[in-house]
Amino acid sequence: MSLSLVIGCSLAYISLLFLIAWWVDKRAERGVSVVNNPYVYALSLAVYCTAWTFFGSVGRATTGGLSFLGVYLGPTLLAPLWYMMLRKIILISKNQRITSIADFISSRYGKSTTLGVIVTLIAVLGIVPYISIQLKAVTFGINTLTHFKSGAAPAPTSFWLDSGFWVTVAMASFTGVFGTRKLDPNERHEGLVAAVAFESIVKLITFSAVGLFVTFGIYNGFGDLFTQATLREDTAKMLTFESSGITPFSWNVLVMLSLFAIILLPRQFHISVVENTSPRHIPKAMWVFPLYLLLINIFVLPIALAGKMIFDAGIHPDTYVLSLPLEKGAAWLALAAFIGGFSAATSMIVVEATALSIMFSNHILVPLLIRMRSIGRNHLVNGAARLLDIRRISILLMLFLAYLYQKSVGSTYDLVSVGLISFTAAAQLAPVVIGGLYWKRATHQGAVAGLIVGFIVWAFCLPLPSMAQAGIISNSFVNEGLFHISFLKPYALFGVTGIDPITHAAFWSLLFNAWTYAIVSVNTQPTMLSLTQADLFVNIHKYISGHEYDILKREAKIGDLKAVLNRYLGETRTLALLSDYQVYNKVVLDDHQTAQADLVSFVETSLAGAIGAASARVVIDSVAKEDPISLDEVMRILDQTREAVQHSRIMEEKNEELKTLTLQLTEANVQLKQLDRLKADFITTVTHELRTPVTSIKALSKIILDDYARLDEERRTAYLQIIVNESDRISRLINQVLDIEKLRSEEPVQQMEQLELTEIVLHAVDGVQQLLTERNIKCTITPTNLSLPVNGNRDKLIQVVVNLLSNALKFCNQQEGRIDIHLKQKDRFVFLGIRDNGPGIPAQARQLIFEQFTQLHSKEQGKPHGTGLGLYITKKIVEQHHGSIRVESEPGHGALFEIILPLSNDEPLDRV
Amino acid sequence: MADDRSSQLIILFLVFVVLLNAPILQIFDRKELWFGMPALYFYLFFIWLVLIVVVGLIVRKKRK
Repeated sequence: MSLSLVIGCSLAYISLLFLIAWWVDKRAERGVSVVNNPYVYALSLAVYCTAWTFFGSVGRATTGGLSFLGVYLGPTLLAPLWYMMLRKIILISKNQRITSIADFISSRYGKSTTLGVIVTLIAVLGIVPYISIQLKAVTFGINTLTHFKSGAAPAPTSFWLDSGFWVTVAMASFTGVFGTRKLDPNERHEGLVAAVAFESIVKLITFSAVGLFVTFGIYNGFGDLFTQATLREDTAKMLTFESSGITPFSWNVLVMLSLFAIILLPRQFHISVVENTSPRHIPKAMWVFPLYLLLINIFVLPIALAGKMIFDAGIHPDTYVLSLPLEKGAAWLALAAFIGGFSAATSMIVVEATALSIMFSNHILVPLLIRMRSIGRNHLVNGAARLLDIRRISILLMLFLAYLYQKSVGSTYDLVSVGLISFTAAAQLAPVVIGGLYWKRATHQGAVAGLIVGFIVWAFCLPLPSMAQAGIISNSFVNEGLFHISFLKPYALFGVTGIDPITHAAFWSLLFNAWTYAIVSVNTQPTMLSLTQADLFVNIHKYISGHEYDILKREAKIGDLKAVLNRYLGETRTLALLSDYQVYNKVVLDDHQTAQADLVSFVETSLAGAIGAASARVVIDSVAKEDPISLDEVMRILDQTREAVQHSRIMEEKNEELKTLTLQLTEANVQLKQLDRLKADFITTVTHELRTPVTSIKALSKIILDDYARLDEERRTAYLQIIVNESDRISRLINQVLDIEKLRSEEPVQQMEQLELTEIVLHAVDGVQQLLTERNIKCTITPTNLSLPVNGNRDKLIQVVVNLLSNALKFCNQQEGRIDIHLKQKDRFVFLGIRDNGPGIPAQARQLIFEQFTQLHSKEQGKPHGTGLGLYITKKIVEQHHGSIRVESEPGHGALFEIILPLSNDEPLDRV
Repeated sequence: MADDRSSQLIILFLVFVVLLNAPILQIFDRKELWFGMPALYFYLFFIWLVLIVVVGLIVRKKRK
């Protein structure tokens, strides 16, 4: 097969990946998420299956039998726990806006920079071997396709002729372009995820195709293949652990390592946590992903057995997937299988390098650059471009590190052995991650110590001896132990032998790692920040109510800050504040610009004065991440709070009003009770008043009826006269009661006309002249010639004067009665005063006399005559005439009733 | 109930950790063919499939 065909197919395939990623990103920009789907999520998780799975498992099976399966059973076993654990990690990560496993660990232990650097170094150094086997597999694949059976590829004389070098260059440029097309603050790359999911399908289909070809094309199904395998000694050995030399302990450790790897490998963390679009995808992925692993592993053993039976030692077992179809003349299938393996390698490299470059740039390069020379804060666009360049450089760096590793060390080992070195490195993160999720007491110091110890033991037991064997460093410590201490041999620590290097290294490194982590944690005190972060990680469900999370960005627009200020401080104050800021800092604020950190904190401080520091923090946090949903949410919450405060204020006001009302009601109640009492008194009085005349009428009528004959004329007349008088009294009483009812219901006097008050007074006095004379009371009116025009109803006003005169008559001194009537005009009012020389009115009674049903009782005078309604009626009538009535009195010196009425505005009448 | 499912899944994890590790695994480490397949190969894939089905059923229950 020609090299150009292989390269052409690879390039065509890569173009297809670009197309998929481009299309998905395009749709994502329009708000349609293709990857927001549980099956896509599960398929993207299958980035776990790399060239290791595609080529390496077969090679592993030829030496280790079924032990290759341990790598897939670990993830399968962990899958049931995803429901709790992965969900928890995702919720925490979305809540904390975590972008990598290094970020996760550093956040958990108090946002520690040290830990970020340590984890990044472990990840980068630990994963380099893993990347190197992908490069090796692709190089292998190309060489197998182009030089099959035509002798091994010629040994390159310089790296210019080394296909591995060109594969590295191609992969670096592909990853550089593909993984860093855009800078997303959440490190979400939908196009990448879609491409990876697509590659997972390609891997499964091509590998299964080869498997089916081998099992059912070359052999007659599983039964035939396995039966033939049992007949040969070398293949029969592959069918059991015992005969293939796998110890139970190493199997268990392998399962454990892969169990950790599925979550801790940087690319797995990136795909399953950072790129996760919804935790709702987890349940489906919990069975779809293990099913994928099962399907892709079914044919590994058959292919390995077939290769072993068909080929002699000349063909490397890692290439059986390609060489079996080639051997049997199915070149197209071999090419398809190469594309499958190429998929496996590229997806791993792209995701791993992207994840590592995020860590490397965020935790090492950017902090370093900032420290060296502060990156201009104004140049955000430049900053983003620069960050992407940093990412690309990191990717390039890592791939060439992997190339160097492969050239110097990796070439002597098979794919799986090298991959397991990386698995062991990733497993070093297990104690701090698991402890971080469930153990609140774990401290930053414990994590740092555990990781460093674990990393040193790992480095000492795995990569260093392999480098020594490759001749890079001195070999003596491998055979004689470090510093010639025989207990410190990297493959036999403490003199323990008989365990394969991976199991050995995994056991000791994890043991020391976990112990150190636990012991140091228990003996150190966590910082405040570390404590709050610990609580947030361990009890994340306390902090997150829903299962959904928002995607947040990390930049604040000046426009948003303004909107927030406007909302809480009002436009005038906002403008004043911002112009102050502009003048003071000599800057011009543009709404579309991104706010600098000091502006954000300035706004926060200004807000804190208005809505409190905590609320200001929440509001600014939400804006600072420029998330419209979250901002709205926060606004809504704060508005509600504000409303609640307003409500409580209104409630307080209402409460005040209620108190006043209650007070008024209490007063009214007291008044009502008094009135009620007065009414009861009045009724007693009225009934008494009614009964007295009725009794006398009845008695006299009876006498006249019974003794009509015996009574003389004079007597009869007198009796009849009394009956008439008493009847008059009754009707008067009834009239007055009726008057009150009228006054209550009536509108102000209907027929108002212009009247002369003097004339009315004279008329009224005329009416009572008879009584005055009878009682020998002297009545004076001064002056009688004054013109006092008022508006009113004549009859009513006469009634007023008569009422007052009758009152004065009633209370006048019995021997020398005297009534003085004064008339005068002052300003726009007329005054009418009527003074008697009676006993006067006690002070406490003066308020009551104008109320209805009031009658004054006095010891000297006994029960007065009348109904207790006269003054009430008088007052009402005066009020209907827009006037007022008042009383002046000194006990023993008579009483003065004064009526004040407004002067008529009309043209004066002719003088009377 | 979410709690029920969590407990079921944890128990499932523990049971299958035992089933898929030594020493239980050594019971099936035999040089025999079962249904035309090596005993260990058959056992591992069979248990694997059972695990997938059971997880699928437990997860599926919640939709009801």
